[in-house]
Amino acid sequence: MAERRSPAAAYAGRFEAASRGEALRLAELPFLTQINVRVDPSSPAAGDLGDALGVPLPVEPNTAVRAGSGADEVTVAWLGPDEWLVVAPEGYRLELLRKARGDRHGSIVDVSAQRTTLLVTGPRARDLLAHGCALDLHPGVFGPGACAQTTLARAQVVLIPREDGFLVLVRSSFAAYLAEWLLDAAAEYVA
Amino acid sequence: MLLIPCPWCGPREEAEFHYGGQAHVAYPEDPAALSDEEWARYLFFRDNPKGVFAERWSHSAGCRRWFNALRDTATNRIHGVYRVGEPRPVAS
Repeated sequence: MAERRSPAAAYAGRFEAASRGEALRLAELPFLTQINVRVDPSSPAAGDLGDALGVPLPVEPNTAVRAGSGADEVTVAWLGPDEWLVVAPEGYRLELLRKARGDRHGSIVDVSAQRTTLLVTGPRARDLLAHGCALDLHPGVFGPGACAQTTLARAQVVLIPREDGFLVLVRSSFAAYLAEWLLDAAAEYVA
Repeated sequence: MLLIPCPWCGPREEAEFHYGGQAHVAYPEDPAALSDEEWARYLFFRDNPKGVFAERWSHSAGCRRWFNALRDTATNRIHGVYRVGEPRPVAS
């Protein structure tokens, strides 16, 4: 099998160097499984997909839900009124979702190669992202359970807040640009 | 920069959106029956009011949905947004 390299693999060393202080931790979470799900939220197929995922598809805009643990841990983020992004560990079996949909109307597409996931955590994570993002990222407004598609330093991203920071899902072709931007913006927080 | 309230995602920066021109321009029922002038009028002629204008926007960097907005072309104040298929609200 050919060697597989994640889009931000070249930045692992610099991410690690920037994470030495207490303020910030930068890392790439490579090769997560990402599945684009499109289905009518009021259809029975949507309910069956929710059962297969272990959590109902969130219908409230800009929300995300987490369910399961270990190899079955999934995050389901709202992307649109009939569109969701499922983020799961590498090796997640999307056939289960295809089976739940059956031959009904809807689409289940593996988009794992479309985006890579950058993890930005630590006490200054919010300050770092605020340099390039116009959204209010305060945990009172944008805490765990939220999600947003927006631009970070003009690059389109999906932001998913976690207890200690953020998942930043960025297009593979923008990963190097965003990694450079994050490292540059992080300079003032790195000891 | 305008702050545009996407009917799905809430208020976002104008840079996240794509402009789609005048709203409620219906496709002709029988395009083949139109004269060249009527077809050109459908294709190219748009209102250009000074005041409230119903126009289409797409939240291209967000939920990627098209919606309609009532924008005052003189003040840039957005009087309301509504989803595709919903009737045009009365401008306040």
